[in-house]
Amino acid sequence: MVMAERKYTTTHEWVELEDGKVRFGITTYAQEQLGDVVFVELPSDGETVSRGETMGTIESVKAVSDLYAPVSGTVVESNGELEASPELVNQDPYGKGWLVVVDPSDAGELEGLMDEASYATFVAEEKEKEH
Amino acid sequence: MKGCGNFHKNVQENRRGVRVNHTPLFEEQVRLGGRMVEFAGFMMPVQFSGLVDEHMAVRTAAGVFDVSHMGEVEVKGPEAFEFVQSITTNDVSKLSVGRAHYTSMLTERGTFVDDLLVYMLAEDHFFLVINAANAPKDIQWMRDHNPMGAVIEDRCAAYAQIAVQGPNTEAILQPMVEADLPAVKYYRFTIAKVIGREAIVSRTGYTGEDGFEIYCSPEDAAPIYRELFTHGKSQGLKPCGLGARDTLRLEACMALYGNDIDDAHTPWEAGLDWIVKIDKGDFIGRPALQEQKETGITRKLVGFEMIDKGIARHGYPVVIGDEVTGEVTSGTQLPFVGKAMGMAYVPVAHTEPGTEILIDIRGRRLKARVVPMPFYKRQKS
Repeated sequence: MVMAERKYTTTHEWVELEDGKVRFGITTYAQEQLGDVVFVELPSDGETVSRGETMGTIESVKAVSDLYAPVSGTVVESNGELEASPELVNQDPYGKGWLVVVDPSDAGELEGLMDEASYATFVAEEKEKEH
Repeated sequence: MKGCGNFHKNVQENRRGVRVNHTPLFEEQVRLGGRMVEFAGFMMPVQFSGLVDEHMAVRTAAGVFDVSHMGEVEVKGPEAFEFVQSITTNDVSKLSVGRAHYTSMLTERGTFVDDLLVYMLAEDHFFLVINAANAPKDIQWMRDHNPMGAVIEDRCAAYAQIAVQGPNTEAILQPMVEADLPAVKYYRFTIAKVIGREAIVSRTGYTGEDGFEIYCSPEDAAPIYRELFTHGKSQGLKPCGLGARDTLRLEACMALYGNDIDDAHTPWEAGLDWIVKIDKGDFIGRPALQEQKETGITRKLVGFEMIDKGIARHGYPVVIGDEVTGEVTSGTQLPFVGKAMGMAYVPVAHTEPGTEILIDIRGRRLKARVVPMPFYKRQKS
């Protein structure tokens, strides 16, 4: 199930606005591309992050990927469960595999993100490029 | 370079107009959901069901790998023995028909040209299996170091190779092969009919598990590959990609050319002393190895595991004290042993198991500990 209010970045993060805070993670497509996630490094509570800049890393057996902040703001919560169970990112990327909750400094930044339909088209184009 | 590795009918152009080869199993593997990537000029599957799933299948049941990209060379004639003996480090006089060994070719400096398998098909006929990425270089090297005039045939396009690895391999393969597989011990082979098609069936592999490698004609590869699943599905056989092949070989601490061994390192430094028979007579690289044996090595390949939380990978700097002394040659989170481990060249004073070293992981110096190799050793049944 994909909720209508979820938005997406071109770097394959998803975001959801809840009570003025932004929760985000990586998409199904992103975790498929990464393969088995074995290590997730997230910013600590209180850290500030800037949109489009690296704020952590996700590692699979194969490779390291940077994690980009989809919006600017202050981290209010990180998913601590991922330290012991990084595979949640693969198993449930939109649920238990969430990464971080940020208090956005500029809610307007969300406007530029893709909606479900645009992201689906974007992913289809990415997949096309693979072949 | 010309020739090697091209299954000529299958040369395609990729999106950038670069020629890439398709192995005879390309379509089969796409059909099975393989994610194809370019590797050593071939489109190869990096994974199917998932790297960890495939890795575990090989450790606990069985997995099948297309390794048709590997290069093959046949050496024939009365001069064949002398030639192979002179360009490789292991002792060919210890081989007999039906046996193979792991060996290396060295430069005059004693560093690796490549690592390879040598099979003795007959007293005057050898079958050499070399790395795909090195094949053109290796074949040129052989031709340039053949004063005795052995017949050297580039047979890269004549063979496909299928590796079946894991504890259930023998049971899966036996009904397909007209040979008694239990009689084919480790590093032995037989030339036998596999579903009626002649192939070299060899008890070798690159995973640390029991298993066989089948060298067959390209047109026989797809029928054999399909038949393996007919017999193997109920026994947990899974298609596997290069990703799992790499993590499996790393758990078993088998060297990968270009990572752990290359033309800057010698067998002494790589801990591959057992494939060098220094007293067998002259071979290319021997004087340099003799000299290094006398002067002693300054660095050596060791295994390590991370103490701090982090994953060391190929190319990350190794730091001892405050000095960068080398780099990680291979490393990742290993699926079966469940630890972040790797291999690296370190100064000889720091090679004892238990010694702490630092790995620079993207700007942070994290602690690791030297450990014995291999990281995984299968239980002999």
